[in-house]
Amino acid sequence: MTRPREGTGIPAPLLIPAAVGVAFLVLPVVGLLVRTPWSDLGPLLTAPAVGEALRLSVVSATIATLLSLLMGVPLAWVLARSRIRGRALLRALVTVPLVLPPVVGGVALFLVLGRQGLIGRWLFEQFDVTIPFTTAAVVIAETFVAMPFLVISVEGALRAADARFEDAAATLGAGRWTTFRRVTLPLVAPGIGAGAVLCWARALGEFGATITFAGNYPGTTQTMPLAVYLALQEDSEAAIALSLVLLVVSLATLLLLRDRWLGRTTAPVA
Amino acid sequence: MSLSARVVVQRGSLALDVGIEVADGEVLAVLGPNGAGKSTLLRVLAGLLPPDRGSVVREGAMVWDDDGTHVPAYRRALGMVFQDHLLFPHLSVIENVAFGLRTRGVHKADARTAAGAWLTRVGLDGLGGRRPGQLSGGQAQRAALARALVGDPRVLLLDEPLSALDARTRLTVRAELRRHLAEFAGSTVLVTHDPVDAMALADRVVVVEDGGVVQTGTPAEVNRHPRTDYVARLVGLSLLPGTGAGRNVRLDSGGEVAVADDAEGSVFAAVRPESVALYLTRPAGSPRNVWPATLVGATPHGATVRCELAGEVPLVADVTATAFAELGLVPGSTVWATVKASEVAVYAR
Repeated sequence: MTRPREGTGIPAPLLIPAAVGVAFLVLPVVGLLVRTPWSDLGPLLTAPAVGEALRLSVVSATIATLLSLLMGVPLAWVLARSRIRGRALLRALVTVPLVLPPVVGGVALFLVLGRQGLIGRWLFEQFDVTIPFTTAAVVIAETFVAMPFLVISVEGALRAADARFEDAAATLGAGRWTTFRRVTLPLVAPGIGAGAVLCWARALGEFGATITFAGNYPGTTQTMPLAVYLALQEDSEAAIALSLVLLVVSLATLLLLRDRWLGRTTAPVA
Repeated sequence: MSLSARVVVQRGSLALDVGIEVADGEVLAVLGPNGAGKSTLLRVLAGLLPPDRGSVVREGAMVWDDDGTHVPAYRRALGMVFQDHLLFPHLSVIENVAFGLRTRGVHKADARTAAGAWLTRVGLDGLGGRRPGQLSGGQAQRAALARALVGDPRVLLLDEPLSALDARTRLTVRAELRRHLAEFAGSTVLVTHDPVDAMALADRVVVVEDGGVVQTGTPAEVNRHPRTDYVARLVGLSLLPGTGAGRNVRLDSGGEVAVADDAEGSVFAAVRPESVALYLTRPAGSPRNVWPATLVGATPHGATVRCELAGEVPLVADVTATAFAELGLVPGSTVWATVKASEVAVYAR
């Protein structure tokens, strides 16, 4: 029984670490489900603070995703299609938030948009507008952290799409903007959808940049991840219940993505 | 001239420098091997690729020159058909055909009516609601032709329009294309590497090799009197460059060929594979063209075997499969090849 069973064909030196890896990834989720206080779940989840945090999370993540689409899709097009100089540098710059610790992102946002910041001071003096520690700050922090996921995903889709369709559109009298709207955008729609879901999921789970830049005020800036962290200090059962909600949302996201990626493979290719 | 162009493009190993002229109603075939720069030329004509130098003139109006006249593709009123049709996969067939009318501001209902009429014209009646992925290769290419022609363009550019089709479909689509081209009033440029396409569809042929024009003429001229090895191979001739002296041609490769007509100066002698006969021993009698040769390759070619011969006079010979077996030929065999002097075409270089 020490040999791998015939049919799997996986050598032991690979099988054992792989099995440990699966356990490592799956066990915490199982633990969460096991420790969930199923009987008390109703009252825990209907507490007004929970609904408030969940609503704030969903709304801010959705707005962050919309902002990311608005800026990220054109940015991805520039990275994938334009011939501007320094494109590699530009790509590196806009993907920095992917590798930057979110807390550092929060600090950086604070330095630019805080009351003493480069732009924040001007906003405050000219318009009496303060951004940090508001719901707007939550949205900005989430957009900052999540948009690169969308940009990378859409840029990949644009590179994979056959640019000769755009040539064909040009020979049919379509200018660049018409071509973008009527040919490019529909061709990469699945990629944009997948990117938007990834972006939304990342925004929903955002913690570090949010707590640094927006603080932790129930009702205005306390999103679900922040609420989980806070609950864990006082009432671990509430933390578990809140985590369960985020887990369900994450699994739903995964299902949605899987549907996008696997359900669309019947689409004709060229 | 409805379309005339001079195009210079340097791209990696490709140095393209080609001039073409196409009259109204004329079909010009650009024939050449892969990588000769044919598609690059077509992309420049379409406005999809800026040339390094050159000019493109349409109906007397400059659309590209080196002094800054750069009319983009979408304002050139042209139709283009690509090798793999490039129908937009997210649109139905009729929406694809109507696309060019819609971008030029035609009302949706009118565009659909015109597109539907063209679908009928190319034999796709009733298939307008399908997605391009649900069409066969031949149907997709017909739809692509309808999409290119529906806007009534002045110039039609065809980029290997038949080469993605299987052999039988290619025959029927080629015949239909020939009919549509005859009805088309504008100028057509057809890029192809298949001499049959060029012969069947074009009024004139330009042969492009290594980025330059090596021969122009009617399909019949190019077919009869090829000027390069590439064209000769395409039309199935052995091309022997040499110097004429009376009824004799001294080949550049050594060896001599007797011909039926007087020849002087630099000439080509061309031999059809079916006029070459092969023997194991030097044939009796006195045919004037008898050369020893070595068989270096043999490929079945219908009921005959095409034999490639090396020697003083490099030739291609077609022998029947039976004769090939009876002679017991294998690569490396030594044979005698004979050709009647009257079977050798000779023309000035």
